[in-house]
Amino acid sequence: MVSAYSSTFTRVAICAALLLPFAARANEGPRLQTAPINSHDLVSLQNGAKVFVNYCLNCHSAGYMRYNRLQDLGLNEQQIRDNLVFTGVKVGELMQTAMDKKDAKEWFGVAPPDLTVTARSRSSSAGSGADWIYSYLRSFYRDPSRPTGWNNLVFANVGMPHALWQLSGQQQLHEEAFESEHAAKAALIASKGVAQLEESHEMKDGKMAERFVLKTLTAGGGAMSQREYDRTVTDLVNYMNYMAEPARLERRQIGFYALLLLGLLFILVFALKKSYWKDVH
Amino acid sequence: MAATGVVGGVAAAATAVPFAGSMFPSERAKAAGAPVEADISSLAPGEMKIVEWRGKPVWIVSRTKEMLDGIQKNNGRVSDPKSEVPLQPDYAKNEYRSIKPEIIVLEGVCSHLGCSPQLKSVEAKNDMGQDWTGGFFCPCHGSKFDFAGRVFAGSPAPVNLRVPPYKFVGDAKIIIGDDSKGA
Amino acid sequence: MAAAKKTPVTITCAGPLNGALSGVLTWVDARFPLVKMWEEQWGKYVAPKNFNFWYYFGSLSAFVLVLQIATGIFLTMNYKPDAAQAFASVEYIMRDVWGGWFIRYMHSTGASLFFICIYLHMFRALLYGSYRKPRELLWIFGMLIYLCLMAEAFFGYLLPWGQMSYWGAQVIVNLFGAVPFIGEDLSIWIRGDYVVSDATLNRFFAFHVIAIPLVLLGLVAAHLTALHEVGSNNPDGVEIKNQPKDPQTGLPLDGIYSHPYYTVKDALGVVVFLIVFSVIMFFVPEMGGYFLEYNNFIPADSLKTPPHIAPVWYFTPYYSILRAIPPLFNSQFPGVLGMGAATMIMFLLPWLDRSPVKSIRYKGPVFKGALTIFVIVFLVLGYLGTEPTNVWGQFGAWMGNADVATVVARICTAIYFLFFILMPWYSKIDECKPEPARLTW
Repeated sequence: MVSAYSSTFTRVAICAALLLPFAARANEGPRLQTAPINSHDLVSLQNGAKVFVNYCLNCHSAGYMRYNRLQDLGLNEQQIRDNLVFTGVKVGELMQTAMDKKDAKEWFGVAPPDLTVTARSRSSSAGSGADWIYSYLRSFYRDPSRPTGWNNLVFANVGMPHALWQLSGQQQLHEEAFESEHAAKAALIASKGVAQLEESHEMKDGKMAERFVLKTLTAGGGAMSQREYDRTVTDLVNYMNYMAEPARLERRQIGFYALLLLGLLFILVFALKKSYWKDVH
Repeated sequence: MAATGVVGGVAAAATAVPFAGSMFPSERAKAAGAPVEADISSLAPGEMKIVEWRGKPVWIVSRTKEMLDGIQKNNGRVSDPKSEVPLQPDYAKNEYRSIKPEIIVLEGVCSHLGCSPQLKSVEAKNDMGQDWTGGFFCPCHGSKFDFAGRVFAGSPAPVNLRVPPYKFVGDAKIIIGDDSKGA
Repeated sequence: MAAAKKTPVTITCAGPLNGALSGVLTWVDARFPLVKMWEEQWGKYVAPKNFNFWYYFGSLSAFVLVLQIATGIFLTMNYKPDAAQAFASVEYIMRDVWGGWFIRYMHSTGASLFFICIYLHMFRALLYGSYRKPRELLWIFGMLIYLCLMAEAFFGYLLPWGQMSYWGAQVIVNLFGAVPFIGEDLSIWIRGDYVVSDATLNRFFAFHVIAIPLVLLGLVAAHLTALHEVGSNNPDGVEIKNQPKDPQTGLPLDGIYSHPYYTVKDALGVVVFLIVFSVIMFFVPEMGGYFLEYNNFIPADSLKTPPHIAPVWYFTPYYSILRAIPPLFNSQFPGVLGMGAATMIMFLLPWLDRSPVKSIRYKGPVFKGALTIFVIVFLVLGYLGTEPTNVWGQFGAWMGNADVATVVARICTAIYFLFFILMPWYSKIDECKPEPARLTW
């Protein structure tokens, strides 16, 4: 007699308990757009590397990434040396920044963090690290009340100035207030591009009232159009996503063959087991 | 037989002592973590001196009467006016969060995400707002603290700045990291 | 001195090498109980024939242990246990060491899968009463292995020296600071410094790489020895040793030799396990941040506390229990005690279960219900431990604005302990079915 317990009860219980997290997920953190990156697009990756070296390495380091690893992107060492190494180091060296850490701490309050694995560390339930960086770099707006003159919809009161402002132009904040959460959320869903919903509570006529503010950004009028800028940021994010784990594509390729091999092994071992066990009752 | 066992046990215990003892902080750790002496004989009123203790910046600020009055005015605007959250030794759990009102000792680490705030005197009203009575401003995400290290409501930082253990040796010296009585 | 016994060892599976191999083995066997060990421990070890899905996880756990040791050895070839170099050395392994990413992902995936196998292995014992007499000591050795494994994982997690590594260690060592009177000094002694620092990293490395693996190997040997002494349990909970012997084979009616039957069945288990392992390792090594936490890709920073510190998933049920118990007299110690008690109470299972039958198949609805509820509660506690306490919002003023998650965690903690505390009573009053004489599938 086989008890139904061990198969059905336990599995139902486990399934029920595992579904709980999805039943009550609190809404947390800023909304992120999905970064439209294609990890196989070498042109995009090369452009991203160019943007990274030109705009980011001035303040940030990528201290775990070697210049000559960029050969993954279809470049040869000569091309890397000529176009991407600005600090005069050998092509086998790590991508360090020129900025002194002590100066950085004095100017910004904290040294700008290393960016090698930021595309991994910024992942969350709201989106991948690449999504975060993509949204972040497109969410800067002018804010005279901040020491740098810039603020950001994804990272409020960030200490980083808008390094790509010449490309995107100076976007301004546009706020729209709503009385009901429903209307505000509908507007958020309808909005294209970067947008954040802010909830605040304030005393109004002696009662606690909720205010819902939809924050969007106006066009910047920089050297690039919005589409061009988005494409540039996509390339940059594509590159940073690659840089965070250069072995990613290779690991998936090897994984495919590993599973094929294991699948074959499974068939063989299964047949072997069946043949040995056919006389056991 | 029993005597042998007892003496053998004592020998084993004695051998274990260096093993267990080696796990206490080494001289290097003790030196890095040792109390730090700060000379405040030349600290003018309104000035700040920074010393490093256990890898953290420690601020020593000489507070003027105006700065002390300014602290009183903030009681309604700070998140934890009475220092309920235990971020200071008992002798600093008072209205000025210090042993002597004229000198405040604070760990210069923002209680939000650890950046180093900057001193903003009462003259910085243009930047900090007309009701600013002086204090500290963290450039990373905009947290504000008053001259008692108390965090202003609405700041990203959740709690006040920490007061380390310290004591005075005479009037001209402060030892940070040690508040034991006696010589 | 008598001449060495020379019982020839015959090998018949190596084809043309049969003769040579047989010769070598005969020589060894005359000087070392090779054949005897093989036959007693595995080859002619008689096991019940009805091992099912739940019986794979013992051998799989042993398999993962070997994997972890092998990958661990290769990681230590390039890892630097120094606070200034640790994080960079892990990235070095991931990028600059050929095959380094493969070894690292194997080790991180193996760590989590080790706990999955162990939890399923322990659940098997709950299902079939494998902890009952005469297997109490087997269960105790197993519990000791579980505790060592948790320590091993805890020490190992500090090594990458990421934000989560650092602050997780800081929080857990601070728990020892909650011990009355000696807490502060105890924490300093454990850390070797006033805060988690280089001294702490170095000694955790020593514990993780040498001390605990040696203890683990000893305990696993003891665990297997205890098992072979009393024989294996089975899904029916019926002792095959008490069965009459088959006249032809001399084995109990429902017994079979482990070799070749369980050799080939466990091999199948290993292949399926490797398929699951490979899917994770090659395609989702981070597992949504549960196997490799996102925050750990930020180097440890003693000045910057992450907004949300949570232990790795396999500790979260106990972490939930710790958080659910409120501080008493300004001390977190009651929570620490509760967390410890939650682990330790499992040691008592052999004596708490008073049911006349071993296996869930023949127990009544009361025990089945209790076990189902326990599983649900364990999983809920585990999930809640991964989230901050406000994850399910708050009740209204009628409940004092309490966090929903905290209230749920407290209820679950109470149920968790009641499962054990009330077991002597409900296992006795339960209406059980009669156990069969012959095994079923």
